[in-house]
Formats: sequence, C-alpha cells, structure tokens
Amino acid sequence: MTGQRTTIIKVLHYIRKYWLYLALSVVMAALTVTLTLYLPILTGRVIDLIIDKGRVDFAGVFAILKTMAAVIGATAAAQWIMNVCNNKMTYRIVQDIRNEAFRKIEILPLKYIDGHSYGEVVSRVIADVDQFADGLLMGFTQFFTGLITILGTLGFMLSVNVGITGVVVLITPLSFLVAAFIAKKTYTMFRVQSETRGEQTALIEEMIGNQKVVQAFSHEDEVLEEFDEINDRLGKCSLKAIFYSSITNPSTRFVNNLVYAGVAVTGAVFAIHGGISVGQLSCFLTYANQYTKPFNEISGVVTELQNAIACAARIFALIEEEPQIPDKENAAALKDVEGRVALEHVDFSYVPDKELITDFNLAVKAGQRVAIVGPTGCGKTTVINLLMRFYDVCAGKICVDGEDIRDVTRKSLRANYGMVLQETWLKAGTVRDNIIMGKPDATEEEIVTAAKASHAHSFIKRLPKGYDTVIGEDGGNLSQGQKQLLCITRVMLCLPPMLILDEATSSIDTRTEIRIQKAFATMMQGRTSFIVAHRLSTIREADVILVMKDGNIIEQGNHETLLAQKGFYANLYNSQFAG
Amino acid sequence: MKKLLVYLRDYKKETVLAPLFKMLEATFELFVPLVMAAIIDRGIGGGNAAYVWRMGGLLVALGVIGLVCSITAQYYAAKAAVGFSTKLKHALFAHIQSLSFTEIDTLGTSTMITRMTSDVNQAQNGVNMVLRLFLRSPFIVFGAMIMAFTIDVKAAFIFVVTIPLLSAVVFGIMMLTMPLYKKVQAGLDSVLGATRENLTGVRVIRAFNKEQEEIDSFEEKNNALAHMQLFVGKLSALTNPVTYIIINAATILLLYTGAVRVNEGTITQGEVVALVNYMSQILVELVKLANLIITITKALACANRIQNVFEIQSGMEWEKRVSGDTAEVSAEAYAVEFEHVHLAYAGAGAESLSDIDFRVKKGETVGIIGGTGSGKSSLVHMIPRFYDATRGFVKVDGRDVREYSMEELRHKIGMVPQKAVLFQGTIKENLLWGKEDATEEELWQAVETAQAKEFVGQKDGKLEFYIAQAGRNLSGGQRQRLTIARALVGQPEILILDDSASALDYATDAALRQAIGRMEGDTTVFIVSQRASSIRYADQIIVLDDGEMADIGTHEELLERCSVYQEIYYSQYPKEKEAQA
Repeated sequence: MTGQRTTIIKVLHYIRKYWLYLALSVVMAALTVTLTLYLPILTGRVIDLIIDKGRVDFAGVFAILKTMAAVIGATAAAQWIMNVCNNKMTYRIVQDIRNEAFRKIEILPLKYIDGHSYGEVVSRVIADVDQFADGLLMGFTQFFTGLITILGTLGFMLSVNVGITGVVVLITPLSFLVAAFIAKKTYTMFRVQSETRGEQTALIEEMIGNQKVVQAFSHEDEVLEEFDEINDRLGKCSLKAIFYSSITNPSTRFVNNLVYAGVAVTGAVFAIHGGISVGQLSCFLTYANQYTKPFNEISGVVTELQNAIACAARIFALIEEEPQIPDKENAAALKDVEGRVALEHVDFSYVPDKELITDFNLAVKAGQRVAIVGPTGCGKTTVINLLMRFYDVCAGKICVDGEDIRDVTRKSLRANYGMVLQETWLKAGTVRDNIIMGKPDATEEEIVTAAKASHAHSFIKRLPKGYDTVIGEDGGNLSQGQKQLLCITRVMLCLPPMLILDEATSSIDTRTEIRIQKAFATMMQGRTSFIVAHRLSTIREADVILVMKDGNIIEQGNHETLLAQKGFYANLYNSQFAG
Repeated sequence: MKKLLVYLRDYKKETVLAPLFKMLEATFELFVPLVMAAIIDRGIGGGNAAYVWRMGGLLVALGVIGLVCSITAQYYAAKAAVGFSTKLKHALFAHIQSLSFTEIDTLGTSTMITRMTSDVNQAQNGVNMVLRLFLRSPFIVFGAMIMAFTIDVKAAFIFVVTIPLLSAVVFGIMMLTMPLYKKVQAGLDSVLGATRENLTGVRVIRAFNKEQEEIDSFEEKNNALAHMQLFVGKLSALTNPVTYIIINAATILLLYTGAVRVNEGTITQGEVVALVNYMSQILVELVKLANLIITITKALACANRIQNVFEIQSGMEWEKRVSGDTAEVSAEAYAVEFEHVHLAYAGAGAESLSDIDFRVKKGETVGIIGGTGSGKSSLVHMIPRFYDATRGFVKVDGRDVREYSMEELRHKIGMVPQKAVLFQGTIKENLLWGKEDATEEELWQAVETAQAKEFVGQKDGKLEFYIAQAGRNLSGGQRQRLTIARALVGQPEILILDDSASALDYATDAALRQAIGRMEGDTTVFIVSQRASSIRYADQIIVLDDGEMADIGTHEELLERCSVYQEIYYSQYPKEKEAQA
C-alpha cells in the first residue's frame, strides 16, 4: 500500500508541471456533468407546460428552450476544453517520462543492461508508459466524472422524489451482482481458452517455423491431425467462453429495463396522486437509463488504475535506477595516447560472492598485440568490458599510459579505443551514417579510403544506392560478413591508438574472412591491440596470449612458452588446431 | 474477405438466426417508449392505477422477451464465429503446409504465424461483432425514425434531418482520424525501434561516445510522436461535444414542434415524451456503430491478409499417382544426376546455382565444399525437390524428380538439415518421423550409427526422454546427432547431411562418417561441410564457388589442380602448406 502511495506521489510530481491543465480539466468535468444532469430537468419542465390541446404555455416553453440552448452550448464547450486539457496533460507527461527514461538508459551501467532482457526494458519505455497514461490519467477523469455523475444524479433524484429514487437505488445493484457473477463463472473458461490457445500457438510456431523439416519427412498429414485435435478443443472452449461472457450485456440491460419499468410504475402511481408531474417522471426515466453507466465505468476503472500504478512503478524503477558512477570532477581527458596498458592486481566479478578474476597483472607495451583465447563461453568479453570501462574493476586498477582509467573521462578513454565486436551492431540508417559514427565530419574521400582499406568498398559500391543505401535495424539484408566489414570500416575511419578486435567464428565464409583478416592486419600496425582470437595465425603472432577458462585468466605468455608449459593452452592448441 | 465467407457455410442457420434474434430484441426495445406514452396519457391522464400496473407488467415482459432473444442471438453469433475460425484455421494450416520452399521463403515464417494466430482471432472477433451488432444498430436508428413517423409525421422530419447529420459527424471524424492513428502507430514504432536499438547497441554507442546524439535523435522522434498524438487528440475531442449539440438541438426542435402539435390537439403529452426518448436512443446506437466499424475495419484488414496467404499457390506441381515401376530401376542407373542445372530463387536477381553437372553412382559418398553463400545447401535441396531447377534436370534413379509423387521421392531421401530441429515430444516420437512403424531395434540401430547411443542411454527414460520445445534440454551436438538418427531410421537410399556435423568434435565427426560408411545397403551419401576433414575421403568432392562448380574430383586430384579447394584446405591445415613450401 505504501508502495502505491509513493508511486502516486511520484506521479503527482510529473503532473505538477501541468497543474493548470489538471485544474481546468477538473473544473470543466464538474461543469459538464452538472449541466448534463440539469438538461433532463429542463426537458421535464417543458413537457409539463405542454399539457393538452389548447393548454400549452408558449411563453414559458420559449423561455425554457432558450435556457436549454444556452446550457447545451456551455456543456459542449466545457466538454471540449476538458478533452483538450486531458490530452495535453496525458501526452506531455508521456513525452516527459519517455525522454527521461531514455536519458537514463544512456547512463545506466552496463551491468543493468546486460542483466535485463531488452524486451523487458523496451516494454517499460513503450507499453508501460502507454498503459500508465491511459489508465492513470484517463482513469482518473473517468473516475472523477463518474463519481460526480452518481452523486449529482442521486441529488437531483432525491430533490424530486424520495420514493422513486429508492426504487432506482435498490434495483441497480442487481446489475453489478449479475455482472460479477458472470465474470466469476467465465474466469475459468477464459483460462482454459487461453491455455488451449497457447498450446495451439506453440504448435503453430513449432511446425510452421520448421516447415521445411516437416516437408522433408512428408509429415504434413500427421501434423495437421495433431493441429486439428487442438483446434477442435479450442473451438469448444472458445465457444463456451465467448458465449457465457457475452451474456453479461443482455443481462445488465435486462436489469436496466427492470429499473426502468419500476420507475415507470412507481412514478406513474405517484403522478396519479399528484406527487410528481409528467415532466419530472420523464426526467426520472432519463436518469434511470443513465444511472448504471458510471458504476460500470468506475468498476472498470479501479482495476485499470491498479494496473496503471503497477506500470508506473515499473517505469519509476527504471528511471530511478542507480546510474553508472559519473566521471570524477577533476577527470582529465586522455591525450596523445601512446598505447601502454597496464592491469595491476585486478580483481573482478559480476556477482559479489562469485570470484572471477583475482589479482590479475598484465603490462602491455605500446604497439603490442594481445590475443585472448579460450573455449566458447569462457568470458573473453569480460576483458573487453574492463578495458573499455563498461564495468569497473572491483579492486586494483587499469592504467592507460600510466593513468588510472577511472581518473580520466570515459569519453576520452573510449575515443582512444577502436572496437570491432563479433556481434556486429549497425543502426538503422544509411551505410554512410554507420561508417561516420566515430567521425561525423569525415569527408567523402576519407570515407571511401577507409572503406577501401577495410575491403568493404567493393560490396558497398554494388549496393542499390551505394553509401546511401538504407540498411534496416540490425543490418537487415546484409550478410554477416558484410556487417562485420562495415563495423571495421567504422573503426578504420578514425583509427584510434588502441584496438579491441573480436574475431569472427565459423559463420563467415573463407574468402570474406580472408578480407577481414587483411583489414585487421592493416589496422593493427603500430597499435596496441587486444584480439579475441580464434585463428591460429593471429594467436601465434601475438606478443602476449591470455588463456581464459570459466571466466578466469589461467595462463599468460607467448605461443612458445605456453606450449612448453604443457598446460591448458597446449591442450587446447593440440585438440583444436592440430587436428 | 468474401472468399473467406466459405468457412461460414456450415453455419448458415446461425449466421441468419443471430442477427434475426438481435433485431427481434431491438424491436421490443423500440416498443418501450410507446408503452411509456400510453402510461402517461391513459394511466396518469386517466388516473387509472390498474392500467399503469398492467403496462408496467408489459414493460417487464418486453424486457424478458428481449433478454431471451438477445441471449439466443449471442449464442448463435458465438457459435458461428468460433466455427468460422476453427474451419478457417484448419484450412489455413493445411494450405500453408502445402506451400513449397519458394513460397515459405518469400512469406517468411513469422508472417505466417501471425496470420494463423492473431489475424484469425481478429477475424473471428469481427464475425462475432458483425452478427451481433451490424444489423441491430442501424435497425434501432431507423426503427426509431419509423416509430416517430407513426406518432407524428411533422415531428418525424426532425429525425430525417438529424440522423444523416449525426452520421456525417460521427463517421466523418472517424474517417478523418483513422489514417492519423496509423501515423501515430508508426511514430510509436519508431520510438520503440530507437529504444531497442540503444539497448542492443549499447557497447558500440558508448564506445563511440554517441550517447548525446542518440538522446537528441530519440527526443526528436518522441516529440514528433507527442505532437502527432495531440493533433489527433484535438480532432477526436470534437466528437462528443458536436454530437451532443446536434442531438440536443434536435430535442429542442422536437419539444417546440411537440408544443405546437399538442396545442393543435394532433398528439398527446405522452407522445412528446416518447419522441424525446426515441431521439436519445439514436445517439447511443450511432456511437456503437462507429466503434463497430473500427472493429470491422481491423477484422477486414486481417481477413484480407489471410486471404492473400490463401491466394499464394504452391509453385510446384507434384505427380499425383505413385508409379509402380520402382523395381525397374536399372542397375547401371545413377542414383543422382544433375544435368546442367541452374537455379534462381524467386525474386533474386542472379542465379544461385549455374550449370551444375555431375553424376553419382549408387553407394557413393559425395562431399560438397565451398564458402557460405556458394550454393552448397541450394544444391542438396534440389535432390528432394525442395526447389525446382530453373533450367536443366535433376534425376534420381534415372527419373526426373518432377515425375515422382512427393511421398515416393521424399521417402527415398533422408535429409539432415543445417539447423538441428527437434520437436516437442519424446526422443522416440521424434525418431519415428523417419519411419512411422520402426521397431525399437531399428531405432537403436539408427541412434548407434548417429553416435548418439551413449548419451541417449544416459537420459532418464532413454528413448522416452522428453525433449522440450526447440530441444532446449539437449546440447547442440546432441540435437544434431538425433536429427541424423531421425533421418537414418527410414533407411533412406540417399542420405543428405547438410553441414549437420558442425557442432560435433572432430573425433565424433569421424566416427559418424565411418559408421555411415558401414551401413547396410548401398546408401548414397551427400555431405555438405565447411570442414575439409569431413569430406576428405569422399568418392567425389564438388567444390562450389559463388554458385558454380569450380571443380569435381577426389581430394588428391583437387589439391593438385583446384585453386579454390587449395585455398580452403590450406586455411584449415596451415601446417601442410608450410610442409609443402
């Protein structure tokens, strides 16, 4: 409960900026409802002035009709202003929250991003924010107008006649009971339906997704049989769920009709005895028709509100997430880097209790090549994470040219590294946009030179629009090798003094791989390079080889010394490359 | 959409009865204001309490009849809609299964899954809503007008003007905003895309210090979205106030006309109340109708997408009859022949395979090697006729593959696809895909040949071990070996291993090849691989380069004369190159 309260307080914080809209909206809502309820009374009065042949008070009728016209105009205006205010408030708040959430994403520690599925974070920024806006803000106005409508209707009805009001108030709850009863009964049916539907979807995904295999084994008939079995079952339980839940509307409408009949009879009996006028009765009938509506809305709103608060809580959790440790205030920019990298007594682990790297020391001279080898999943990316300061070391320090990387700005540290990862990432945009990421002001000539140096020019040239070809999110229609070449070109364009390269495994064909290999070689000349290596030649030519296993660095040395050790590396080398 | 209505054929009765009962219900609803008018005029006017009670009873009776009609209608509507979607799904699933690889490639798996699931559901919902409401709402609107005419012609003319005016406003605003909402959706998609992109590319973005630029570009997209939403919001915010003004202005006119007519003695006070009631019924129904139209538009869009899938016909015709002359295969016929085969995929500019020409004798082993995209998989996919040659012939046992029936051809061939796909179910169920009536012994035999005996033996329940969806509870190598075993169970005459040993270590890979070599019968084997070691001992090795046959021959021959083969081989065996140099 307190959780809900703090969430609501935070929501109010966002609304505060738009309090004028909120105030205006509330006033207009109250006005709209009151005027809407007032109208049937006026109608009733007119009817009372039209009694019978020759007994019509035209002067009176005209006077009231004029008032009605004014009331109608005012209601419409108030309603419009309310709508516009609500829209403005809702969409602006959504905009603010999304912008803030996104800004947070850009400064979240990698630990958070690696630890949460992308889908989850995306759904917070998109779906949750939408639900929150719809639910909380729309819900609030509905709740508010609903409440005023109920109170207003009650007040107006009581002021006219207590007895008939009693009839309305007593029969109406029946409608909720019926609705609740049906909802409870159909809950299980819907659950069965959604389970069966899930089963069917799973089968569809499995079989259509692997249709080529199904066809290769001529297994279509058997699969169809299996599908039909589920399909028939789904048909049966869907019919039940849909039919029983569709009884709700007719049933509540029936209760409404009962209320109407009750009001008609009691009202008419009162009218015979002169208790009320015909106009008042007609007014009552209008109220009776409208009375249940706000109740239904409010009961819907309550669940929606709760859902909205839950959504809001998830968004706030993201927005309030601890950001990465900011650069030190006096952090200097790394300048004129030679490329000396030193890791001194480094301890690191992703999870506090699980030690990973302990007391790791490494000194890399400017221009040296460091190869990182080990079986898949051994945590080679951990080293990249530490060098780029995507993660901070737990103890010890990493220095570039003698400077602790925590004492310099992240921006300057990262600008001095060129990074090509095996999981290529390209942004939606043109080929050119992707290449100039590191150097937005690059000239056409520089771009082409870089592309030529990385052997990407020839394939880019053959794309439909060359360098201006738009590639979809995540590279879309390019092959894995082509994507990798583009990522290399990106680094080639700015060529920083230190490199981090991740060699591709088997998914690329030999010829492209040779190209990539050549491009890597060009880049590495005279630069300190860290290479996650799979190829024997790369490993053998490295000045230092780091052998990793289960996240830990277990051996260190060059090819000859490591082979002589006859340890894990020697074993790995013999099994993987000597075969 | 029209063509999909076939699937309602078995529910003719329901499709007629559902709207009929809805209209009955509406009719009874339309009587209510008349009864009320009678209560006012004769009950109150005449001071007759007994009459009031009788009429009250009539109101309740009308309500009960309405309830019964309505529930009946809901039942028939639900039955028709669910029946429709069940039949539709069956037909769609069967249709998708009948498509050939070419169509599967163009359509894309995720599209087909969406069609089968959410699109069909939307269509079902559409049918249900149409049956329930599409007749009811207009019926009430026009019914109210007709009832007004029965009361007073002059007053009824106000209805004649109001209804089109209201419809114009309600539907006009809807038509205007619908395309705009599509734009809003597109804007939301781009905001979503930007968010996702920044999560997947977080390392690169930070490495290039692009955070601020990304924030700027996100805010631009987000602000554009908000702007668009506000614009659409302003438009749709008009609906309520405008309709409110129209309907109530009409009421004012009605009251005035009523006053005049009552004064003339043409109609009674109660009838004025009835007219006012009819007017208020109209708005409610029109709003319902507008919402219904949105649902219908969505359902129609879905239905059209489904229809489009139905219109895609398999580009491949199969021989229907199974020829009985299987025994006639002459001993000297080649098991597989490619005669100047060319293959261009649908929509592709260039050929994926050109002029492939080779012959394989029964019992031979053929290795196929080349870079990615060189056409290795395309080549073997043509043997079970997954794709048809654009030019040239593919023959199996001396007969063109196009002369076989689907079952006959594919039963000859055991295919182990690149992606090790297993299905949810026990190991045994998966293996039986290869041969429905295989004995336990045959299964174990296949498992043994596929080098899977050891790990299958260690699983709980052995062959009864339950494989989770997508084979998640098995390792990549285990999955691969089981897919091989599955193909072996059918004792195929031709076995195709499409790069299907990539997750196996060298030793297992070698053992597998030896075991396959020892198999009974003259199995012709195709091995596609990137590893030179896997195909080294094949009787013939086909070297593919960019869709063309660079060469064909034995390992020794190729190493001698084929530069592409040398390049591949020495990149994997650098030592031997050094030894040569």
